[in-house]
Amino acid sequence: MTPVKKHVTTKINGESVEFLCEPRQSLLEVLRDDLALTGCKEGCNNGNCGACTVVLNGRPVNSCLVLAVEAADASIETVEGIAEQGHLDPVQQCFLEGAALQCGICTPGFIVAAKALLDKNPDPTEAEIRFSLAGNLCRCTGYDKIIRAVQAAAQARLAAQQSS
Amino acid sequence: MSTEVPSRSTPDASDLSPSSAAETKKYKVIGTRPIRHDGADKVTGKARYTSDVLLPNMAYGALVRSPYAHARIVSIDTSEAEAMPGVLATMTSADLPDPWDKVENLGEGCINYAHLSGNVLARGKALYKGHAVAAVCATNAHLAEEAAAKIKVEYEPLPAVTWVLDAMKEDAPLLHDNLVTQALGEESARPSNIGAHIHFEQGDLEAGWAAADVIVEREFKTSSIHQGYIEPHVSIAMWNEDGRLKIWTGTQGSFVVRQQMAELLKIPVSQVLVIPCEIGGGFGGKIAVYEQPVAAVLSRKCGRPVKIAMRRDEVFEATGPTPGSYMRVKLGATKDGKLTAGEAWLAYDAGAFPGGVIGPGCMCVFSCYDIPNAVVDGYDVVANKPKVQAYRAPGSTHAAFACESVIDELALELKIDPLDFRLKNAVQEGSRRVDGPVYPRIGLIETLEAVRDSQHWNSPLEGPNRGRGIACGFWFNAGLQSSVTAAVNPDGTVSMSEGSTDIGGTRASIAMQLAETLGIAATDVQPQVVDTDSIGYTDVTGGSRVTFATGLAAYQAGLDIQKQMVRRAAELWECDVDQVTVEDGVYRYGDAALSFKELAVKLNNAGDPIVGRASVSPQVSTNAFGAHIVDVEVDPETGKVTILRYTAVQDAGKAIHPSYVEGQMQGGAAQGIGWALNEEYFYDDEGVMRNASFLDYRIPTAFDLPMIETIIVEVPNPDHPYGVRGVGEVPIVPPPAALAIAIHRATGCRMHELPMSPPHVWRAMQDR
Ligand code: FES
Ligand code: FES
Repeated sequence: MTPVKKHVTTKINGESVEFLCEPRQSLLEVLRDDLALTGCKEGCNNGNCGACTVVLNGRPVNSCLVLAVEAADASIETVEGIAEQGHLDPVQQCFLEGAALQCGICTPGFIVAAKALLDKNPDPTEAEIRFSLAGNLCRCTGYDKIIRAVQAAAQARLAAQQSS
Repeated sequence: MSTEVPSRSTPDASDLSPSSAAETKKYKVIGTRPIRHDGADKVTGKARYTSDVLLPNMAYGALVRSPYAHARIVSIDTSEAEAMPGVLATMTSADLPDPWDKVENLGEGCINYAHLSGNVLARGKALYKGHAVAAVCATNAHLAEEAAAKIKVEYEPLPAVTWVLDAMKEDAPLLHDNLVTQALGEESARPSNIGAHIHFEQGDLEAGWAAADVIVEREFKTSSIHQGYIEPHVSIAMWNEDGRLKIWTGTQGSFVVRQQMAELLKIPVSQVLVIPCEIGGGFGGKIAVYEQPVAAVLSRKCGRPVKIAMRRDEVFEATGPTPGSYMRVKLGATKDGKLTAGEAWLAYDAGAFPGGVIGPGCMCVFSCYDIPNAVVDGYDVVANKPKVQAYRAPGSTHAAFACESVIDELALELKIDPLDFRLKNAVQEGSRRVDGPVYPRIGLIETLEAVRDSQHWNSPLEGPNRGRGIACGFWFNAGLQSSVTAAVNPDGTVSMSEGSTDIGGTRASIAMQLAETLGIAATDVQPQVVDTDSIGYTDVTGGSRVTFATGLAAYQAGLDIQKQMVRRAAELWECDVDQVTVEDGVYRYGDAALSFKELAVKLNNAGDPIVGRASVSPQVSTNAFGAHIVDVEVDPETGKVTILRYTAVQDAGKAIHPSYVEGQMQGGAAQGIGWALNEEYFYDDEGVMRNASFLDYRIPTAFDLPMIETIIVEVPNPDHPYGVRGVGEVPIVPPPAALAIAIHRATGCRMHELPMSPPHVWRAMQDR
């Protein structure tokens, strides 16, 4: 029995979006399967891996733990909205230059979470970075290059700010 | 001693300069750190993994799994599920062709198709909790799950066994009525859970013990653990009305998926097309098929493409753990520190079907040391657990935990520095491994010397409850078959097609070897991983073989292009072919000189397009050795182990892209640390795994680890034009032993069991 669908209006990456969803559908499922925003990934579907991280009203969340109906009238940022006007964000650029990804399945979640961290704390210590990203699992890299990439991105952002 | 200087590579994120070793060899591309070709796709979320593929009219499948660890399947009733609106088809093992008893090597171990088919969907008995017994597909994934719950399976539960030594007992519940033990070419008379007994020996063991002044013997246990790739298994199958079957999947080997599909479904390989999607980690666990044949049969039944995605708990309960093991290792040495004899007795569980990883375990246990007199016995034992799969250096990590721990104890009893003891007994060119092979040029001694000379090893470690450990590890590394084609474009760039699915940056490491060969920039090669209709056969991404073997194919494809370019240049310059010289990508005849690009542009307007091709099947091991140093602090109140500093040292032969070599070393070390300190399958008395989630099965997080320093040693592999050795697997091997030794120095307790989680370490400290 397919349940009655709900109509939801929200904002994703700055654009107004409408969709119909079942009450049981997660935001992750709707983003990926209905809105074709497949950049956020599913690693566990129960809040333990961070692959599905998006920013909801300014806070990073596991989109598998958010019901799609809860996204009504919210503002959501996904990995698809991070690069602007043909330019990679410093976090993305530093991940590339620092080889901070191997298989890449965790990468969108890390990029969204790391950018959210730097937006809030522009010059975090290594311990702060490790603590903030502890909800994002990576099985390939051992995290070393991810942490260094976030450190480099913080420095790049600070340098850009000073020169502007 | 190597002519190469170990390149110390612990760069800041800003230090992206070429490694020093690359300069000594004067490579232009090899040893540099270009941005990987698929990088932008992966940091923007554009890369397509299997679950990102949405096909028109796609249906969704779900599996019904056994709630019992061991049970006879009395009946399966799918009628209620089939009556639900939106349900399209159901299936059981009766819908798969009768399997044949045929064994084939898939690159990281052998597979028996009868067992594989029985693992895909249970036949007669469910052999572990989570064993798939039926499947259904519907118009959406939620509906499919609901329908799966309506499939009624009647079970007759049977006693289960999960611990390897229990499974070996005379009165153990039997998983397979017809399983007899294969031992030295003979079969046992009676069925048991022991699938095979492996035996290796060299020298005269009794004489070896007699020559020893000190002998140490210890026993060890390890729990099952999982590869833990972040992407669950996902596949889509579309079986067309014309009989052609297309599979989209994230796999370590698209050609071995094609082969398995053909064998299990009894159709010609030519009827199967495998389209490899990006793969979100595998580590050995994404070689065998699981859901692919089920999706295929459901697709044939319902006439639509069918996607099956596993949940995380299904991944834990039904896919690839590495074995639980029991091991006994005994070593003897003379007063002056020379090993004289070694004996190992290893029992690894294989999961529900025989054919686990005991073979490589037996070959690896003494692989780092020159032991003239040695005997190894190994047992492959079935138990009510998911079928064991390869996990990064399969079998070697267990064995190294045991052997390295005993090496350390022996050194301390002899009052010899454990690093000196290792150096004194390390294998080198000409040493014979217990299973027969004699090593060619290898780099264990250089690796240990790099440890000895490292900043980490030479820095003091002070403070209470702290200790430092070191351990070695070995992995063979495979060669196997690979194919590459490369087409020269009108602008002088090259489009390269290859069949090795890229699990961690190998597009770049293969493309860089082609670029080096042709004398062009890494960015001038555009690599693509293509499907099974578009390239020659290529074996799995496994065995640390891709940068070595597919790289070798890229090198040879480059030579093929170069030969054609020389011929065409000779035509252009109206000279003989052998009057044209090539150096660093510049083609010369007399005063005329054209770069690769200039020549390619000129040739574009006339004559045949230039396409290079090569296929290779090197029959060699590239023999990688690593040694890790770790400093720990143990909390005396809780037994929690904190890693203060970690350094991985490894012979890479030649690091093509040093960042990704370091990445393999760091990632492997992190997995080994997780194995050592946290990870385990908790089974209850009923054989049910009680921690099948990433919350309860804890892999290391960013907060659990420090930076992992790396030192790349480069002792070139004589069997590769650029000296490449495989690097991916060996770094998982040393961590458990290195950590056990560090914990011993910190607490005085010898740890003989993995994981060395807080309760176990705490208990050991209470008992000391
Ligand atoms: S998929 Fe959401 S946290 Fe893992
Ligand atoms: S790069 Fe593979 S999980 Fe992080």
